[in-house]
Amino acid sequence: MNSAPLLELDRLSAHYVTGRGTRIVRAVDEVSITLRAGETLGVVGESGSGKTTLALAILRLLPTAARIVSGAMRFDGEDLLAKSPAEMRRIRGKRIAMILQDPMASLNPLFTVGDQVGESLRVHEHASRRSARERAGALLKSVKIPAATQRLREYPHQMSGGMRQRIVGAIAISCEPQLLIADEPTTSLDVTIQAQYLKLLREIQREHGLALIFITHNLGIVARMCDNVAVMYAGRVIEAGPVRQIFNAPVHPYTRALIESIPRMGEGPERLTAIDGQPPDLATLPVGCSFQARCPRVMDHCREEAPPAFDVASQHTARCWLARP
Amino acid sequence: MTTLLEAQNLTKHFPLRRGLFGSDPGAVRVVDGVSFAIEAGRTLGVVGESGCGKSTTAKLVLKLEEPTSGEIRFEGRALQKLDASELRQYRRSVQAVFQDPFASLNPRMRVGAIIDEPLVTNEKIDKAHARERVARLLDMVGLPARSADLFPHEFSGGQRQRIAIARALALSPKLVVLDEPVSALDVSIRAQILNLLVDLQRDLGLAYLFIAHDLAAVAHMSHTIAVMYLGQLVEYGPAKTVASDPKHPYTQALFSAALPSHPDEAREEIILTGEVPSPVNPPSGCRFHPRCPHVLPRCAPEVPKLRPAFGRETACHLYEQPT
Repeated sequence: MNSAPLLELDRLSAHYVTGRGTRIVRAVDEVSITLRAGETLGVVGESGSGKTTLALAILRLLPTAARIVSGAMRFDGEDLLAKSPAEMRRIRGKRIAMILQDPMASLNPLFTVGDQVGESLRVHEHASRRSARERAGALLKSVKIPAATQRLREYPHQMSGGMRQRIVGAIAISCEPQLLIADEPTTSLDVTIQAQYLKLLREIQREHGLALIFITHNLGIVARMCDNVAVMYAGRVIEAGPVRQIFNAPVHPYTRALIESIPRMGEGPERLTAIDGQPPDLATLPVGCSFQARCPRVMDHCREEAPPAFDVASQHTARCWLARP
Repeated sequence: MTTLLEAQNLTKHFPLRRGLFGSDPGAVRVVDGVSFAIEAGRTLGVVGESGCGKSTTAKLVLKLEEPTSGEIRFEGRALQKLDASELRQYRRSVQAVFQDPFASLNPRMRVGAIIDEPLVTNEKIDKAHARERVARLLDMVGLPARSADLFPHEFSGGQRQRIAIARALALSPKLVVLDEPVSALDVSIRAQILNLLVDLQRDLGLAYLFIAHDLAAVAHMSHTIAVMYLGQLVEYGPAKTVASDPKHPYTQALFSAALPSHPDEAREEIILTGEVPSPVNPPSGCRFHPRCPHVLPRCAPEVPKLRPAFGRETACHLYEQPT
């Protein structure tokens, strides 16, 4: 494995400013992430933990109320924050692609599947209409859509949810990106269709040596798909490291509770480990650690100072005072 | 153990619109000959993918839909034969909690009014007593008594689901239908609600009809599991037996597709090809045969019956004795 990281975020912060500057929502706060070619990183967190804002920040597609306020972001050795809008357009869809949760919302109902799969090829690689169509057919075949050439002439509403999501996948890989960001790509799919789709993503990744960022609230997907995981809570990565290491020896009480709260197969109706309370409001975070109100092992120090990311083991960090060496 | 509710050969067909020349276009066979039983104080979990008929089954039990054929017996009496006052009694005994607590609570009503509405409509109860009952119900689901004066929007998803549960419990039901009660909630909140449901079952002796697509949650909560595919039961039996050693090829694929709870959890992955066919025109014989990895020649012409095998019932030709 080569050593230069493909994507490197260094203490990146993206905040939403609303109410004429009176309300600041720290959706992404000092997030550092390293991803190498061919690796899969899982970003887990609950709704409102900032995982989708993080994805949008990487693509520089944040809504106007949001700003990247500090930090650095490097992709393949280039500074993404220094790119002009035109340069970013040449990166998006070509070198960094994204798959969103709802395939019906990401496909245009008025254009045929063939037009939409070929669009990036026409825009980014100036392919002719005919070659775009031919390559679109091949792409549909590579995402295992039966009768691919006929399907090119059809519209999104003529297909099932699983098939639409595979078409979105075909669009994402059409220009052979180096990095694919998948934001909850299987949430709207049924269990057996989800299994098909995850397998397909793994095959595509292996074939093209893609780096993959998997944004999900589901630790099961992380367990099945990812090499590394970053757990987000209230805008911060509170624990990160290799998946096995995190599942076997979680350090942060939140990560630990999250892992223990998954019901396991073959166990009877008994109590699960639950996390009391609810995630905090990102606009009114407490002083100190943002998990303090729900933490079973909270100490006085947690209410005074937010913990920095401590090294727990090689590549394993945790933002928790319990991890202080 | 006593059987609280029993469904026999339950069938629900939704007719399709008549064609241009008045030809009979047939019907969508959403639930097709399903039989199950719910014991008092126990949980029956129903699993299956979208379109398998699990929510329609729940609606039939709630009497929100009338079955096309077959019957439901509650405490030994068929629902069709109940008179008006007995039917009222039935509706009190069977309550429901739905998936989306943002849609199931009226945003214009205070929480107290939401919870005491069933009390006021069903019992002659004065204001002071109603208030006291509401406070007790709120306490039961772990909310402070002052919540009664607030509106639903002042609560988070998990808290709203607690309110919905309190409302369902207001009339001391015997059976609660839980249709995807935790799917809309955040991961850290799900375990809270599942725990609450387990505690309430233990304390109040409730029976649950638990419907969810999260297999691990169903396996965790249920005493008995029913697996549905295209409107029919394919496997039915004790939760532990079915979850740890599924026999029907569809159940096997379903449980193998469920996500692991640990990266080291070794599980054989059975990836099904194709998608669930339309219930308008289901495949002949065994409805699963076009996707089945173990398909036999007799599966296409012959419908398998639900038969006992390995401590549960399964509808599959693989487990039939050759005659």
